Amino acid sequence: MNSPESAYFKGSNCPIPLQDYPQIVMGHGSGGKLSADLVEHLFLPAFRNDCLNQLGDSAVVEVGSHRLAFSTDSYVVRPLFFPNANIGDLAVNGTINDLAMSGAHPLFLSASFILEEGFAMESLATIVQTMSAAAKRAGVQIVTGDTKVVDRGHGDGCYINTSGIGVVPAGVQIAASRAQPGDAILVSGTIADHGMAIMSVREGLEFEAPIKSDTAALHGLVESILNVCPETHVLRDPTRGGIASSLNEIATASGIGVALKDSAIPVNPVVRSACELLGLDPLFVANEGKLIAIVPADKAEDVLSAMHQHELGQQAAIIGHVTSDHPNLVVSRTTLGASRIVSMQIGEQLPRIC
Amino acid sequence: MKYLDEFRNGETAQKLVAEIRRTVTRPWSIMEVCGGQTHSIIRHGIDQILPDEIELLHGPGCPVCVTPLEIIDQAFAIAARPNVIFCSFGDMLRVPGSHGDLFSVKSQGADVRIVYSPLDALNLAKQEPDREVVFFAIGFETTAPANAMAVKLAHSQGVDNFSVLVSHVLVPPAIEAIMNSPTNRVQAFLAAGHVCSVMGYWQYPELSERHQVPIVVTGFEPLDILDGIRHAVIQLEAGRACVENPFHRVVAFEGNQSAQQLINEVFEVCDRSWRGIGNIPNSGFRLRDHFTKYDATSRFNVTTTTTSVTSPCRSGEVLQGTLKPHECEAFGTTCTPRTPLGATMVSSEGACAAYYNYGRLIDIETQA
Repeated sequence: MNSPESAYFKGSNCPIPLQDYPQIVMGHGSGGKLSADLVEHLFLPAFRNDCLNQLGDSAVVEVGSHRLAFSTDSYVVRPLFFPNANIGDLAVNGTINDLAMSGAHPLFLSASFILEEGFAMESLATIVQTMSAAAKRAGVQIVTGDTKVVDRGHGDGCYINTSGIGVVPAGVQIAASRAQPGDAILVSGTIADHGMAIMSVREGLEFEAPIKSDTAALHGLVESILNVCPETHVLRDPTRGGIASSLNEIATASGIGVALKDSAIPVNPVVRSACELLGLDPLFVANEGKLIAIVPADKAEDVLSAMHQHELGQQAAIIGHVTSDHPNLVVSRTTLGASRIVSMQIGEQLPRIC
Repeated sequence: MKYLDEFRNGETAQKLVAEIRRTVTRPWSIMEVCGGQTHSIIRHGIDQILPDEIELLHGPGCPVCVTPLEIIDQAFAIAARPNVIFCSFGDMLRVPGSHGDLFSVKSQGADVRIVYSPLDALNLAKQEPDREVVFFAIGFETTAPANAMAVKLAHSQGVDNFSVLVSHVLVPPAIEAIMNSPTNRVQAFLAAGHVCSVMGYWQYPELSERHQVPIVVTGFEPLDILDGIRHAVIQLEAGRACVENPFHRVVAFEGNQSAQQLINEVFEVCDRSWRGIGNIPNSGFRLRDHFTKYDATSRFNVTTTTTSVTSPCRSGEVLQGTLKPHECEAFGTTCTPRTPLGATMVSSEGACAAYYNYGRLIDIETQA
């Protein structure tokens, strides 16, 4: 136990899950179980406090009489440019969405750039223009930033970190731990578009119609939801790890079961075909402009029609409900009338062989 | 892609199940050969809606699962070489060797890349003429034509920095081995539709006749699988044993002959060791002498790699249909997808992974 790695595992950290991996593997960044292990067994014990313990998409902190939502995210997507968007859209919309999932009205962003020596100025200019346009569209300002350059070969051209601050309206209490048995579960539109758009470009796959990223800022849609249902229990934007990971996190945080219906989950047919072709489950594929809302059952129809009236929620659907029957588990009813457990992904989803 | 909804229709599924229910009079054990079928069965819950008399045994048709440990260790040894770009299907990256998996080798600095086709690896070799590009050519007859094509093209285009680590396995000898096993419980086979789309099913009538076992060429969608089971049950109940092909929208008796020709040109049949099962005579492909220069084992001289098997993994029994994944004492305890003891817990076609991921250890009812 004298190796340099073992020094990490002393104190309050539970050693078992991390000791299986003396080195970081890609799965630690996948948003699945390995990522959760890192948070639970390394970051949380080291940084523990009431805000962080909530493990929300953003932290909600009280400052005077205001409640502020605060969030940060780093963007390391490859390729940098993909159908319908680029890394700049993600960097702005992603952090806005993390704030919006606390019910916050986003106000200010920071932007830090880590650039690789040799990266084309024109590409950087395009990304920055995109960020500017995305911020303007969303009504937020980028008020601070930083630039670092690393040696050629030490970065993928351009990494971006954004942090954001927003104000949470009085009376809004949204957290992953607040799902109640009986609640309805809604998703704001078709799932898996972003992940498959990235994959189609990265792997040079062509489908009948190009798959576009769904990247969008969701705070407007959140406002529409909160207008009709200020008592909304949970909001989540299912990015890495897809809706399966988000719903598993909610099930664990709330100690409840999630019951889904496969046939109710909206998936664009081209995306579904692409997933089938590669052996991927759309439930685990990333989204960048969708949200999951968990609301009291008697408000489900109101929230659904509010979503339908918003341009980003036109394909919203009720996909299941919260139950006390199988705590901590996400279970989906298949089209054959049988059931399956939707577990949390371990690491990255891997394309199958044949 | 069309036909997804048509072959997952719940009402048609119930009709097929009703017919199976009407036909069946006593218990039958039917093996689906291919791991893709196992995955579909568990994902859609086909086993849950079948009458109790029908037991589905999950077969050895998971290429990742049966790739022997020594070949995986050879792969790791090659991947760890400084000048090598090691290309693999994604499924293979998390399979445990004697020491860790390919993800670990990658995290230690090896250049390991996921590709979707061996031709992608060949193109990479052309783009990186100063590096050695090695493709991990595993799989059943389904992937053999593309792998053969890559080697043939490398040869004709003079791409000398390209090589393949071959571990190809064949379905008919595996069926033979299962039928000859003293512990065999299989009474009918659902043959793997994708393999048959390449190879046809001309090899099966003799097998079926000699072992008096029904063989039904079966697809992968829920209705395909239910229809395959229906055909098998009708034969079993009637005391018949022949080969049927309800998957005729994809599979022809003679198969894809140009693909078979390509395979024969590049590969020859050899004995193969199957992980968890052991050596099966004439159950694999190796490169013909004409193409040995593209054989990664000789190019990198890794044939002497020693392996250590200390794991309590019982995947061999699972792959032969004599043990259900959840009956293994390690299942869900010391063996999970995060800490797999064997490849059957890793691959998307592995029976253990299918059971674990779709929660077949827990009895649940939902009313979503």
